[in-house]
Amino acid sequence: MAATERHVRRSAERPAPPPRAGAIIDFGGVSKRYSSGDVGLEDVSFAIQPGEFVFLVGASGSGKSTTMRLLIKETEPTEGTITVAGRSLEEISRRRVPYYRRNLGVVFQDYKLLPNRTVYENVAYALQVTGGTRREIREKVPDILRLTGLSLKLHSYPDQLSGGEQQRVSVARAFVNHPPLLLADEPTGNLDPETSIGIMQLLYRINRTGTTVVVATHDVTMVDRMRRRVIELAGGRVVRDERTGGYSARDESTQEFGARLWGDVE
Amino acid sequence: MSFGFFCREAVRALKRNAVPSFAAMATVLVTVLILGVFIPMVQATTGAANEVRGKVIANVYLESDASQADADRVRRIIETQVPHVGSAQFVSKREALNAQRDAGRGDYYDLLGTNPLPDTFRVSPDEPDNIGLIRDALAPLAPGGGRTVIDPAIDEVRNREEDTAKILSVTRVVKLTMALLAALLVITSLLLIANTIRLSLYARRREVEVMKLVGATDWFIRWPFVLEGVMVGFLGGTLAVLLLGVVKVAVVDPLAADFALIAAPDTMNFPLLIGLLLFASVAVSALGSGLSLRRFLRV
Repeated sequence: MAATERHVRRSAERPAPPPRAGAIIDFGGVSKRYSSGDVGLEDVSFAIQPGEFVFLVGASGSGKSTTMRLLIKETEPTEGTITVAGRSLEEISRRRVPYYRRNLGVVFQDYKLLPNRTVYENVAYALQVTGGTRREIREKVPDILRLTGLSLKLHSYPDQLSGGEQQRVSVARAFVNHPPLLLADEPTGNLDPETSIGIMQLLYRINRTGTTVVVATHDVTMVDRMRRRVIELAGGRVVRDERTGGYSARDESTQEFGARLWGDVE
Repeated sequence: MSFGFFCREAVRALKRNAVPSFAAMATVLVTVLILGVFIPMVQATTGAANEVRGKVIANVYLESDASQADADRVRRIIETQVPHVGSAQFVSKREALNAQRDAGRGDYYDLLGTNPLPDTFRVSPDEPDNIGLIRDALAPLAPGGGRTVIDPAIDEVRNREEDTAKILSVTRVVKLTMALLAALLVITSLLLIANTIRLSLYARRREVEVMKLVGATDWFIRWPFVLEGVMVGFLGGTLAVLLLGVVKVAVVDPLAADFALIAAPDTMNFPLLIGLLLFASVAVSALGSGLSLRRFLRV
């Protein structure tokens, strides 16, 4: 507990650091207060390097979702600067936001698929938005659907798919443009553990192609098993930032399952 | 990719949301139908009112011994010095008598031996409401009551006050009522269509949200909606116009031969009416879709 508090104090005293060279995401002293008086984030600073796989963990209301919403520029920070790929989000005008979002892949807890479109069309939409040609779509979409294991579901509509399959479509859509950064907000929140592993594997595979992946989750077992960098938020502050962390200190119980998972992934 | 793509998107949305689309189309249809019936009615009524108002004139009677020179002088005065004159028609003693003869009353005048009818100018105002001004200009009110005339050759100026006042007030009420009704109807139509569009958009706001999150620009999302509006408006408008056409050919045209009101000269001609209605239905639907969407685009 002492360590946690020390960390909090340190981050509170530190002035906003300049953007670190090379970081793909850089939060510099970011605070977000809502007009209702609630605090979303309080002086949060961290940097994520290209190619990293990072978990953002914390209880409900700790600021995970606020962080995600700030990253897709759905809201603006009250204080501090957010830099993504060397560009301050502040500088991006409202008109340019769509173009910024095309460089991100975003996966949501509730999938956010277009209900009137088939799997194929849902993924193709992300390309159509960017003005992708028909040939490009014909080439890329089947590819990404094969990668996500949806080759047999091309012409199904979202309501004909299981939750896991829908989330795979969502991941496929997020990744079809091969963005340098993929954000996932509670991607396994609505899925059973078995299916969740599949999704995590998929995210890991994407990470291995060089894409930076940030996953916000409160799925304890999943974080423990993956053993990746963990940034923990509590009450809007960063309370822990470990290069290879678990959610909690329950090492033994996760060992054998971790081994199985890694075997699957690699 | 672009225009064809947006059209395909619009058609897909129409097909996939068949019920709301149908509701929107039906709304446009009914509104256009009502407007299509009401507009000619308003026009016929105001046309009839205007025709009645056209009968408002002032008679300028000259002295019975007025010469041709006097008549010319008075004409010049009426045409140059009196404001708001639309036209002035000279009716000489002889013409007035002939008119009476034509009306079958020649025998009474023959008994008199002389022609008692004066030379007359029939002065029509540019606007019926200005008739009073003309009268005042030709025969100003004298300080002691009564009226003087501005030229010695003028005997009297009359404008059938009773009739004129009645005609003016009645037609004014009719025209005002019609204008009010027409305005109300147009407002109702706009609100009705806007509401229908809003409802069908509300059902699809999640879709719009997702599109924005994937990185679609506002116009990329908006174009299919606008085109959808154009299609719905065009379809509804066309059906309504077809119905109107059938009614016109089957009901109104045979009646027009018998009823002056329907055949009133001021009614807009049918092709123009159709064109206006179609244009309005398409424009309102398209604009309505595009504008209503704005609220949902703020993600």
